[in-house]
Amino acid sequence: MDKDTQKDKNKIKSVKRMKEIMTNYYIEAKTASQTGKKVAWITSGGPVEPLIAMDVIPVYPENHGAMIGASKMGNDLCEKAAVMGYSSDLCSYARSDISCATVNGGPIGGLPRPDMLVCCNNICGTVLKWYEIQARYFEVPLFILDTPFCHTDYRQEVKRYVRRQIDEYILFLEGVCGRKLDFDRLREVGRLSVEGQRLWQAVLDTTAHRPAPMSAFDAFFHLALIVTLRGTQIAVDYYRSLLSEMEARIASGIGAVENEQYRLLWDNLPVWYKTKWLSDKFASKGACLVADTYTSAWCGSLKYMDENNFLESMAEGYTRIYLNIGVDQMVKQVVEMIDKYQADGLVMHSNRSCKPYSFGQYDIQKMVQQERGIPSLMIEADMVDDQYFAESQIDTRIDAFMEMIRENHKRRESVNMSGKK
Amino acid sequence: MSPFEEINTVIADPAAYARRLKDKTGKKVIGYLCSYTPEEIILAGGGHPFRLLGGDAAITHADAHLQAYCCSLVRGVLEEALSGRLDFLDGAVFPHTCDSIQRLSDIWRLNIPFGFHTDVVLPVKLNTESARQYMLDVLTGFRTDLERALETKISDEHLRNAIILTNNIRRSLKEIYELRSLNPSLMSGPDLHKLMKASMLMDREHFLAIATAVAAEMRRSDAPVKSGVKRLVLAGGFCNHPDIYSIIEDAGGAVVWDDFCTGSRYFEELVPETKAPLEGIAQRLLKRTVCPAKHSGLHARADHLLEIVRERQAEGVIFVLLKFCDPHAFDYPYLKRELDREGISSMLMEVETPLPPAGQIRTRIEAFMEMM
Repeated sequence: MDKDTQKDKNKIKSVKRMKEIMTNYYIEAKTASQTGKKVAWITSGGPVEPLIAMDVIPVYPENHGAMIGASKMGNDLCEKAAVMGYSSDLCSYARSDISCATVNGGPIGGLPRPDMLVCCNNICGTVLKWYEIQARYFEVPLFILDTPFCHTDYRQEVKRYVRRQIDEYILFLEGVCGRKLDFDRLREVGRLSVEGQRLWQAVLDTTAHRPAPMSAFDAFFHLALIVTLRGTQIAVDYYRSLLSEMEARIASGIGAVENEQYRLLWDNLPVWYKTKWLSDKFASKGACLVADTYTSAWCGSLKYMDENNFLESMAEGYTRIYLNIGVDQMVKQVVEMIDKYQADGLVMHSNRSCKPYSFGQYDIQKMVQQERGIPSLMIEADMVDDQYFAESQIDTRIDAFMEMIRENHKRRESVNMSGKK
Repeated sequence: MSPFEEINTVIADPAAYARRLKDKTGKKVIGYLCSYTPEEIILAGGGHPFRLLGGDAAITHADAHLQAYCCSLVRGVLEEALSGRLDFLDGAVFPHTCDSIQRLSDIWRLNIPFGFHTDVVLPVKLNTESARQYMLDVLTGFRTDLERALETKISDEHLRNAIILTNNIRRSLKEIYELRSLNPSLMSGPDLHKLMKASMLMDREHFLAIATAVAAEMRRSDAPVKSGVKRLVLAGGFCNHPDIYSIIEDAGGAVVWDDFCTGSRYFEELVPETKAPLEGIAQRLLKRTVCPAKHSGLHARADHLLEIVRERQAEGVIFVLLKFCDPHAFDYPYLKRELDREGISSMLMEVETPLPPAGQIRTRIEAFMEMM
C-alpha cells in the first residue's frame, strides 16, 4: 500500500460524521428564531440536561472560543476586546466572545442571540464576570449555578446549597420558556447523559492500549458532542460508533502515531491554534499524547451520577469536577491516569487564560516527580491568543524533553534486560 | 506616642508588630487576605485578625509555585510565607475570593508548615435565600473549625462583643472618611491610607481607641476648607501605594472617597446587632458593598460607584487596578461606560508591586486632573 493510502487508512473515519453533526447543530442554533425554539448560552461545565429536556438549544461560547482559536482568529478578536477596554491578561475565551458578539465575527459569523444565559462557576470565576457582561449586553435573564469549591472534601452544606439551586434553575427555565418542565423527559435525558458519559469514558479507555488508537489531540476534536449535546440520542449514537471504530483500530493494530515508542499525558486545555503542529512534533519523536486531564473531565463525574436518580445526583456531579477540587486531589487523578495509560511523561500547558487550571501545576509537577519519577514539560502559552506562543523556544524545549524521555526509556530497558539475565 | 507615631511603627514593620503583640498578649495571630473574612468570629475566639498584603521583597520562592501571570498580591503573600517571614502566624484563613486566592489556599496548605489552615468557602452569589442559608451554614462551620484550631469555645456572647467592637471601628472609620470628605485638609491622603492599613493589622480594641481619638481631633479642628481642590474618588481592589495620594495632593487634588477593598468596602454596612450573631454577620456580608468576585445583581457596582461620586461631589474617578486581577479588569469597561454616560471623567492605572517610576504616574495623574 502506498504511503498516502496508508495515511488515509490511519485517519479516523468518524471525523466526517462529527463535522456533519456540528454543522447541523450550529445551523439549527442560528435558525432557532425561525423554528420558535429558544437558545441558551451555557458554560462548558453547566447542567445542560434541563435545557435538552425543555427543547432549548444549548450554545457554548467556550466551544465557539475553541473554534475561534482553531481557525486562528483569536488574535484579531482579542485585539478588538482590548479596544473595548478589556485587559489583555484576561481569559482569551471571554475576550474573543465579548468582542465577537459586537461584530458577529469568528468562523461562523457569530453565535445566535441568547434568550437566556446559564452560568455555572464550577470551572472558574471568570465565567461569572463574562456572563454578567453578556447579560448586560443582550439584556436577557441570567441564571448562576454557584458550586462552591471543594478544597478537601464535599460538604453537606454545599450539597444542600447546590441541590436547592437546581430547583431554582428549573423554575428559572420554566419562567423563561413559559411552560412546565416534563420531569419524565428530564429522567430520560438524564439516562442518555449518563450513557453518553459512559461511552465517552469507554472511548478514552481505548488509548490504554499499546499503540493508542487515537491521541489526546483526536480527543480534543471528538469531545465536542459530550460537551454540547450531552443528554441527546445523537451524542450516544456518535460515541457508540466512535468506540466501535477505536476497537476496530485496536484489532488492526492501527495507532494514532505510526511508531509509538513513548506515551505522554497532556494537562490543561489545548493550544487550539497549534494542535496539528504539536501533534506532528511529538509524533516525529515517536511520542503519542495518549490521554489528558481536560477531555476526561466530561466523564469524571460518572462516579457521582445516578442514572436512575439524575435530578438528585446532579448537585454532586456538577460540583465535584476536576477544576473544583484541591491541587492534591488533582494530583491523585493525574497519578491514576499515569498508571492507567502507562505514561512516560507529562506535558503541561501553562495556560495564561486559565488560572484554576494553571496555578498549582508546579506543585503537581513536583508531586508527580516524587510519586512516579516521571519528568514533566511545561509549555507556556494561551489557548486562543497566539501572541503568547513562542514557537522556536517551545520547539527546542520539546526536543530537550523528548531527549530526557528517550534516555529514561533506554535506562529502564537496560535495567529490564539486566534483570532478565 | 501620638496615634500616627504608633501607626507609623506598625506600618513600617507589620511582622515585628505582630510578634510583639503575641509576646505581650499571648493572642493567636490569624492571617487573612480578603475583606469577606468573618473577623468577628476570629475575635470572638480570642484571635487577632492580621491582614496579609504581600511584601516588597523580590519574588524568589513563589516562582516555584505560581506563574508570573498571577497578581502580585497573591505572589507576594506566598513569597512572605515561603520565606518564613510570616512564621509568627498561628493560622491562616482563606475565604473564597477569586480563582487566584482559591489556588493560593491549596498551595499554602501543601507547602506552609506553620500554623493551621482553614478554608471558608462563602457563596459567590449574594442575592438569593439559598445563598443566605449557605452563608450561614459556612459561618457556623467556621466557628466550629476555629474552636478546634484555637482550642477554645466561641459563645454567642463572645460573638456579640466582637460585633460591637467591629461595628464601632466601622462607625469610627466612616466618620473619619466623612469628616475628610467635608474638609480634605483635616487629614492627608497618605495618612488616611496608613490609618486604613493599620485598621487591618493592629489589635482591634487598641485601634478603636486610636480611631476614636483621631476622629475627635478632626471634629475639634477649625482648619479652613481649602477652595479649588479637585475632588477625586479612587476605585479598585486595594491600593498598596500611598504615593498615589500624595501625587494627587501635589497636583491640587484630594481623594475624598474610595471604593476599595482596603478602604470603604471594609467599613461600609454594620452588622445588625439585633439579630442572632451569625445571622447578623451573614447579613452584613450579603449586603455590604459587593466585590467584583461576587455577584449581587448586574448593576450593583456601577450604581454604588455613581452614588459615591454624586454624594461626595467628586469630579473624577481614578481606577487603581492590580495587574492580573481578573474580577476588577472585567468590570472596568462597564464602570467606565456608566461614568462616561454621566459625564464623569475617569482614568485607569494598572499597578503592580513594585510601582512604575513615580515620574510616570505623576505625569499621567496631572494630565488627567487638568482635563477633568
